Amino acid sequence: MRNNMLKVDNINVYYGKIHAIKDVSFEVKEGEIVSLIGANGAGKSTTLKTISGLLRSKTGSIEFCGEDIGKTESYKLVSKGMAHVPEGRRIFLQMTVQENLEMGAYTSDGDIQKDLEDIYARFPRLAERKNQIAGTLSGGEQQMLAMGRAMMSHPKLLILDEPSMGLAPILVQRIFDLIKELHKSGTTILLVEQNAEMALSIADRAYVLESGRVVLTGTGKELAASDEIKKAYLGG
Amino acid sequence: MNFLSNLISGLSLGSIYALIALGYTMVYGIAKMLNFAHGDIIMVGAFASIVFINNLGLPMILGVLLSIVVCVAVGVLVEKIAYKPLRSAPPLSVLITAIGVSYFLQSLAQLIFGTNQKAFPKFIQVAPVQIGELTIKGESIVTLAVTVAIMIALTLFINKTRMGKAMRAVSEDRQAAELMGISVNRTITITFAIGSALASVAGSFYGLTYSFIGPYTGSMPGIKAFVAAVFGGIGSIPGAMIGGILLGIIENMAKAYISTELSDAIVFGVLIIVLLFKPTGLLGKKINEKV
Repeated sequence: MRNNMLKVDNINVYYGKIHAIKDVSFEVKEGEIVSLIGANGAGKSTTLKTISGLLRSKTGSIEFCGEDIGKTESYKLVSKGMAHVPEGRRIFLQMTVQENLEMGAYTSDGDIQKDLEDIYARFPRLAERKNQIAGTLSGGEQQMLAMGRAMMSHPKLLILDEPSMGLAPILVQRIFDLIKELHKSGTTILLVEQNAEMALSIADRAYVLESGRVVLTGTGKELAASDEIKKAYLGG
Repeated sequence: MNFLSNLISGLSLGSIYALIALGYTMVYGIAKMLNFAHGDIIMVGAFASIVFINNLGLPMILGVLLSIVVCVAVGVLVEKIAYKPLRSAPPLSVLITAIGVSYFLQSLAQLIFGTNQKAFPKFIQVAPVQIGELTIKGESIVTLAVTVAIMIALTLFINKTRMGKAMRAVSEDRQAAELMGISVNRTITITFAIGSALASVAGSFYGLTYSFIGPYTGSMPGIKAFVAAVFGGIGSIPGAMIGGILLGIIENMAKAYISTELSDAIVFGVLIIVLLFKPTGLLGKKINEKV
């Protein structure tokens, strides 16, 4: 039995009066790829933001590596080993590619120069553009940069919010290949995707969110084969 | 020759505005608020210098340097007590609070030091420089040299250091910066500290230029520096420098060639004209409202 890396227990999140997340519980075990899928507005991003401390739950608890982080300030989570690539990438558009990567290593006490070289070796496009302002990059390059930036902190848990959003199919494939590579090298991954087919194809386990609730859970394979899921999310 | 000498004193006055404008623009860029009490920090610094030098008898330069410490302390304290609790309040509440802090500092100074103007010690005395028929005041040269050195140092700090880059990251996207492990609160505190230190230096040179200070001394240069920051493009550091220096030159030229009484009106008139044609200021970026 693998240890829980992340344990979300019965959280409820509100935007003002709107009850966005209702009694959500799930866990991510060490070394897993876990996917949250669901329609637009189902509460996927809200769940992720609550985990990384940008929003707060009124109830329940969130444990990361056995430690309660429900009240921990967001910025302290990076050095605990969590990295969150937010929806819409949110790279620093007015800073250079290299400065963006350096920000990813803000809490790092390792060899930043070597980490930069590793990222550049993985993404030659970023190496070519390292002194360019990030706002001039294409969407695909920006997503690479956002992921590279998160990798700079050597996270134990990488949280990805809609990494395929707005990308051409060939780039979506590259992003998912990259996720698989990172997973192989030992990173645990929590992935939110609207592209349910892709997400389920690489997930060990997945949870389906609907209007702020977990309505279904199973292994990636089980869910991909389920009629309900096929009808609602896989266009069949 | 007269023109050149006016230009140089305009440059020197403008560099003082620029130092103050930098504080406005940095706080706006990072904390997303207009700190209308920023000008009064100048006054706090000037009075602190007077206390250190006249009342405690410290050497003049030491007194001026210690006033920087006082300003940093007051600036950081104001942020912690008055602004931090309002971090997620509507911008208007923060603005009103800032105006309140401004009045508070002015009244406090009035209570302690009275309403009379006090002579500011001439902490630097440099002989005027004579180049042909052109005479340049020694103080103008020192003011200009020190402010230019500070601006270069600040630019390097913002662009090259880890903390400076983190400040730019926070200014661009607070949440994303937080997700990088950057403490937004700490970054804002550091911004206030830097802004207040710059205001203190500006206050000392302002005192040197005008010789007298009172409880309301900070308000006019504060407003002009705000104008300079908007003029250059609020949020932009080079913008604040250019805006401040241009403002000083325009003001001095207006005084010399048009009318002393009208000089302030001309300064604000120029601002209005610039904003009509370039609403974001000279170097301002278009603001993309994010949802």
